[in-house]
Order: sequence, then C-alpha cells, then structure tokens
Amino acid sequence: MHRRSAGIAAIKNKNLAQARYKDKGSEIASEQLTQLSKQMEAFRTNLEEFASKHREEIRKNPQFRSQFQQMCAAIGVDPLASSKGFWSKMLGVGDFYYELGVQIIEVCMSTSRRNGGLMSLEDLRKKLLISRGRNKQEISNDDILMAIRKLKTLGNGFTAIPIGKTFLIQSVPGELTMDHTTILQQAEEQAFVSERILREKLGWEDERIWRALDYLVSEGLAWIDDQAPDRQYWFPGLFI
Amino acid sequence: MDRFSWSDGILSAEEQLITQQNGVRIYDGTQKTAFDYGKLVLTSHRVVWKDHKDQKCILTLPLSYVVQIEEEGSTLTKSAKSVLHLSPADPRRPSGPSMSSSFSFIRFSFTEGGQKEFHRTISEAVQRKRWEVRPAQTQAVGSNQKQLRTGISGIEKSIQQKHMDTDRNISQAFEDLSKLMDKAKEMVAISRNISTKLREKQGDITEDETLQFKSYLLSLGIDDPVTRDAFGSSNKYFQELAKQISDVMEQPLKTSGGVMTLSDVYCRLNRARGLELLSPDDLVNACRTMDLLQLPVRLHVFESGVMVLQLRSHSNEATVADTERTVEKSGSLTAEELAKIIGSSVVLSKERLLTAEKLGKLCRDESTEGLRFFPNLLLTKAL
Repeated sequence: MHRRSAGIAAIKNKNLAQARYKDKGSEIASEQLTQLSKQMEAFRTNLEEFASKHREEIRKNPQFRSQFQQMCAAIGVDPLASSKGFWSKMLGVGDFYYELGVQIIEVCMSTSRRNGGLMSLEDLRKKLLISRGRNKQEISNDDILMAIRKLKTLGNGFTAIPIGKTFLIQSVPGELTMDHTTILQQAEEQAFVSERILREKLGWEDERIWRALDYLVSEGLAWIDDQAPDRQYWFPGLFI
Repeated sequence: MDRFSWSDGILSAEEQLITQQNGVRIYDGTQKTAFDYGKLVLTSHRVVWKDHKDQKCILTLPLSYVVQIEEEGSTLTKSAKSVLHLSPADPRRPSGPSMSSSFSFIRFSFTEGGQKEFHRTISEAVQRKRWEVRPAQTQAVGSNQKQLRTGISGIEKSIQQKHMDTDRNISQAFEDLSKLMDKAKEMVAISRNISTKLREKQGDITEDETLQFKSYLLSLGIDDPVTRDAFGSSNKYFQELAKQISDVMEQPLKTSGGVMTLSDVYCRLNRARGLELLSPDDLVNACRTMDLLQLPVRLHVFESGVMVLQLRSHSNEATVADTERTVEKSGSLTAEELAKIIGSSVVLSKERLLTAEKLGKLCRDESTEGLRFFPNLLLTKAL
C-alpha cells in the first residue's frame, strides 16, 4: 500500500494547506501591524506627556541625556536617526545634537590645518564652549561623542579614537592603524614622542617605528623637532 | 483608612525624602481598599502613596498618627506587610478617601519587595519625630507653605529646597523615562517580528501597509534591513527633502567649483534652518535619491568614503583633465598646494588627485614630506 498520498487530489490538498498556512501567516502580520499602530498612537501621547514634563530636564541635564541615550541603545533604538523621528521631534533631542554637530564640524575645520585633523576631546570641548557662548546649555563629553557618532554618516571621516582615559577626535578621512593610535597614546602625556621613547616603552623594532612615524608626519599629524639631541615628534592635536 | 488625606505629594521645605517603593497596596485594617497598586514614599514627616495609574491620586498620612509598627512576613501566596497602628483621626484634618473607619490600623502590602527596608526606615522616622522640631516662623501662616525667610538660613533653605526640587524632578524624570522605555521596547519587539515575517515572505501585507510600517520604523529610529533596501526610493519624505536640498544648494555649488563635501552641505543647510534641523542620516538618505529623481544636484561617493554633492553638469572627466593640467603647470602638487590654487578644501583636492591617479593621469611620490603628485610621464611621453 502506498504510504504517501499520491494523485492530483493529494497535490490539491497540499496546495490548499499551504495556502491556508500562508493566509494564517499573513493574517498574523497584518494583525500585528494593527496592534503596532495602536501602540504607536498611545506611545506618541505618552511621549508628548513626557516631553511636556521633562523637556527642561533634557535641555539642562547632560547626565539625563546620557542615561536617555544608553536606554535607547539598550532597546535597539536610535533617537537621532531622523529629524522626523518621535524622539527628536517631541523631545527636542534632535536639534540639540544636530546643532552640536554643526559646531563640531566648524571647530574641526578651522583647526585641521594646524593639527592635521586630530584633536583631543577636552580641547574640542573647550573650543565648543567658547564658540557656543555663555547662554547655551551645558554640554558633556558624552554629548560630543554622541554628536560625532552621527557625523560619521557624512563620510568626512569623523571618528573618536579611544586613548587612555579619553578620546582623540579625528575629523579628516585617513586610516589610522593600531600602531598609529598606540603611538598617539604614548604621546598623550607630553604631546611628543621620540624613537628612543618608543623603543623603550613599546619594544618595537626600528622598521616598525619608522614606518608608523613617517605616516603620521606625512599626514600632518606629527611635526618634527630637531632642536633636542633626540629627534622629537610633536603632535599639535595634543598640545594646541 | 480615615486618617489619610488627599494631597499633591509635594514636599514641604523642612521635609526630607527618605525612601520609596513601588508596588504597594493599602489595606484598611484587614480589608482591601481601592488603592491597589502604587508607590509608597516615606518622608521625615509623613507617608505618601501615589497611585500608579492615576497620577493625581495621591494620599498622605502624617507620621504623627503612628503609634506602633508591626510586620507580617511573606508567605508563598502573600507579600510581606507592614502594619501601622494609628491614633484616632484628627477631626480638623484635610479631606480624604473616607470619613470614618472601623479599624485603627492600616497595612501596606509590598508586592514588589522593600518591606524590610521600609520597616527599618519608618521606625527610625517615627522615633525621630522630625515634624515636631519646627522653626518658630512656620506656625504663623496656615496652609501657605512658602514662608518669608530672612538671613543666611533663609538663603540656605531656599538653596536646599531648589536642590530637593531638582532631585525630585530628576528622579521623577528617570522614572517616567523607564516607563517610556519599557513601552518602546515592546514596540521594538513587535516591529522585529513583523520585519522577520516580511523578509521571510511569510506575511503579505499591502503596499500601503508596508509604507506605513517603514514610517513607524523611521519614527522610532529602528535600524532594520526592511528600511534599508529600496527605502530611499519609495519614501516621499526623503524625495521631498532631496528636492529642497537641490534647490537650496544649486547656486552655492555653482559659486564654489561645483563640488562640496557633505559635511559642508550639512552645516550650510542647518545654519540656514535655525530650527528643525536635519539629521546626518536624513541628509544622506535624501541625497541618495537625487540621481533617481534626475535633479540638477547629485551625490557622489569616493572610494575613500568621502561624500560630496556635485552639480549634475559637473563632469568627472573635465575635472580630471583640469587637475592634470594644473599639476603639469606647477610641475608637481600636494593636496594642500592644489587646494590653494583652485580655492577648494584639502579633502576635496586630495580626492581630485586620487581620482586622476586612478585614471592613470598622475603618479604619486610618497615620502615623509607628504603625498605629492606628478604628471604621469610614463603614459604621456613617448619612450
């Protein structure tokens, strides 16, 4: 006896079953969409309420902003993705960060000729505070890093490079390898390094040291100072 | 239950917040009440209960009523409870949920824990009797909480009040934020679910519904493959934006050599807007649709990742030829030097040189002195 059902009837049944299954699947998706619609409406109201109560908090309190960002990241949401998004429209977080982005670009462009497009986070913050003036709200390092994260999308090479306890902000396109950033970390203390210092502290062979230093000089990130007995490589991004 | 009064929950000047706990239910003696789920707040002067659902439903109970405190431990089915034995109700008290009660004790049920902590802190607070230590001034005026304070102590008190207000605001803000995030999390989960169904073609929803769904993802800021493929082209917002940008940027582009980096465009557009600024993502997404829409301005992405807006009429061949000529005239050029000559940015000049090099028109000389480009004699001069 045949175990499998055969014949046209069987095929028809199978198709029918598949079609039914598909319908069930599509029904569920459509239902879910309706459910989502309802929730979105409710959420919009909640967000409006939240905004009317706490808008000031967001404006004035950098820690609150930082907490807010972390929570968004934790649930997989980017509040800054679109200026048309709920978050940026109703909470006003958008304008705050997008404007900060503009100011960061301007500060970096104005200094990149001197420092090759590399500057410390603290330095950037100081310059931003000056250009923003007294009446603007307080900005924290987190705020700056968040704005930079978004600026990356513009393709101009904005990156935050972790260095020790802080960050170096790169504002021009250019590939910095791990070797380069290691040298920058070494240079953080005194704003310069020498071949001898690198040999002692990092234990690299000469070839490796030269290759990395040469790149940094050619990119305008490091300046050579031959007045000391040992040639020194200074990083304007770290001392200006 | 009759010792409770309605309140706005705002702390007075000398009052200090001690602790708070969610998930507390109030029992009138042995009976359940309508006050089923709320936040219990202990201050130096009283106990405040805030309904979880109805923000305006706030009850207050002065600690001066508390005569004795007992505990009921939790069992498998019941939460831990604190029992507060109370002195008789003061007939002059402000109105509350009930005028009389057959019980002279109330119970707080801690459905989400925190009973032990509460017991400890309220016992301390009742002992301290902070509400009895009053500076002479407050006795005078009746219900008006804000007093005229003078001298340094007055200033100190108002600073303290400000800090407490700020603290209270912040903790309230954080709390509201958590609730908001919980709701958002749910929606993220549903969205991902729908998205999976769409991708696996398990659910057929209409074209309109798809657009609606994509707009929800955009509103929430969820990054999802569903939004990325062909999103830009089917989205009205970005297309409208693209037209706007093209209109605004056409003239500036003409006056600055026909090419501008996207960060430059970003700054100009947002400086001009003042309010309702554009996000970087919005800008990029809009620019991506420009080619499709046949606008006079379009996006070009270099290999290095640098993105520029350029006039449609800007031809790459013409630029390369121009760059080649300029380099030849000077013998050799670095990006900085070229930037000065043509009046453009270093980044853009570098891209020009790299593009020309890619097409074989220029050769590079890389050294510690920088990257310098020479005309490619290998190609042009007959050997």
